Amino acid sequence: MDGAHDMGGMDGFGPVVPEANEPLFHAAWERRAFALTLAMARPGGWNIDMTRFARENRSPLDYLSKSYYQIWLAGLERLMAERGLVTSDEIAAARPLHPRRDVAALPADDAGPMLARGAPTERPASAPAHFAIGDRVRARNIHPHTHTRLPRYVRGHAGVVELVHGAHIFPDSHALGAGEQPQWLYTVTFDGRELWGDDGDPTVRISVDAWESYLEPAR
Amino acid sequence: MSEHHHGHSHDHDHSELSDTELRVRALETILTEKGYVEPAALDILIETYETRVGPRNGARVVAKAWTDPAYRARLLKDATAAIAELGYTGRQGEHIVAVENTPATHNMIVCTLCSCYPWSVLGLPPVWYKSAPYRSRAVKEPRAVLADFGVTLPGDTAIRVWDSTAEIRYLVIPMRPDGTEGFSEDQLADLVTRDSMIGTGVAQPPAETV
Repeated sequence: MDGAHDMGGMDGFGPVVPEANEPLFHAAWERRAFALTLAMARPGGWNIDMTRFARENRSPLDYLSKSYYQIWLAGLERLMAERGLVTSDEIAAARPLHPRRDVAALPADDAGPMLARGAPTERPASAPAHFAIGDRVRARNIHPHTHTRLPRYVRGHAGVVELVHGAHIFPDSHALGAGEQPQWLYTVTFDGRELWGDDGDPTVRISVDAWESYLEPAR
Repeated sequence: MSEHHHGHSHDHDHSELSDTELRVRALETILTEKGYVEPAALDILIETYETRVGPRNGARVVAKAWTDPAYRARLLKDATAAIAELGYTGRQGEHIVAVENTPATHNMIVCTLCSCYPWSVLGLPPVWYKSAPYRSRAVKEPRAVLADFGVTLPGDTAIRVWDSTAEIRYLVIPMRPDGTEGFSEDQLADLVTRDSMIGTGVAQPPAETV
């Protein structure tokens, strides 16, 4: 979706302000919201693409006015509400009001192993790759209302395949619960002038990671 | 007017933060009472990122690449496997690509869509990495962004920006500082900053008084 989260190339946000000796969390609630989000993926049964879509699929005003972990929290609440795990009246009441769903919690003794395993997204490819390193490709001009990982600023622009990463879970379908549907994943590199015209820095090249269906051949 | 606006949003933020705090507490109570989370699991998740996983992991990878040419070659060929050799595996580090700075090319990492970041080698990202200013500008005017960090590159140094939009995570291998001949891996790792592995900084020069 073309949401406020897709920020590449937008003007007006001001300078980057690094913080000296930044703490890992800026408030106790951030630490709790972080851990609750990680712990709830197992009983919730959602995947990373559903999580991203739940965070991003909101009004620009809402997205831009929330801090990073407030967005995490809002995404978690949405995912739980959609599955009937925790509802908004329960959060308002600060206690359970409805029966629990029959789902298994993340056991404490699997928390460490779960982090160490991660969730690799590479899958066996069902067909040969359409593109090879050095091929010239164009990012398709697509605007799905649902989840996608193709940023707006590269759409319609031509670049060169720089890396081929094998086949990976396709987020656009995975976010919708429509299965992994793995596709070839490429790093595609664009010249700054191709993306930003005469305002682009000629010494800059920019790449995105793009699934095969995001791309078409270009001359 | 801008001062008034600033004061207003400041107050607003404060009231929202306490609302948020209450909300998170309520949620933790509900999730625990419903049996959806084990409190001991939360402790482990937090402790892992507060004490075990952080940029020191990445610094060790870089220091080894600086001192061991065979390791550097493996890292550039298959960073996921080379980093796993040192035991740094797992969440948000499942598929890693290492990119090397040279006098001719400076690499810089961003995630314009959210906050993708190689947790297994750098830990959790700083606020600026997840912020709108960084995400919006890194792909359009990286030289100006570097200036915000106090980094000025020669005009003929090419800048290579990697927008981490998928599940590939990138790690910058900064250039080894001059005057570090004979340094041990541990000594070198002390010079590798988090920002130098994102590409918004460079590795620190050795202290002159060492």
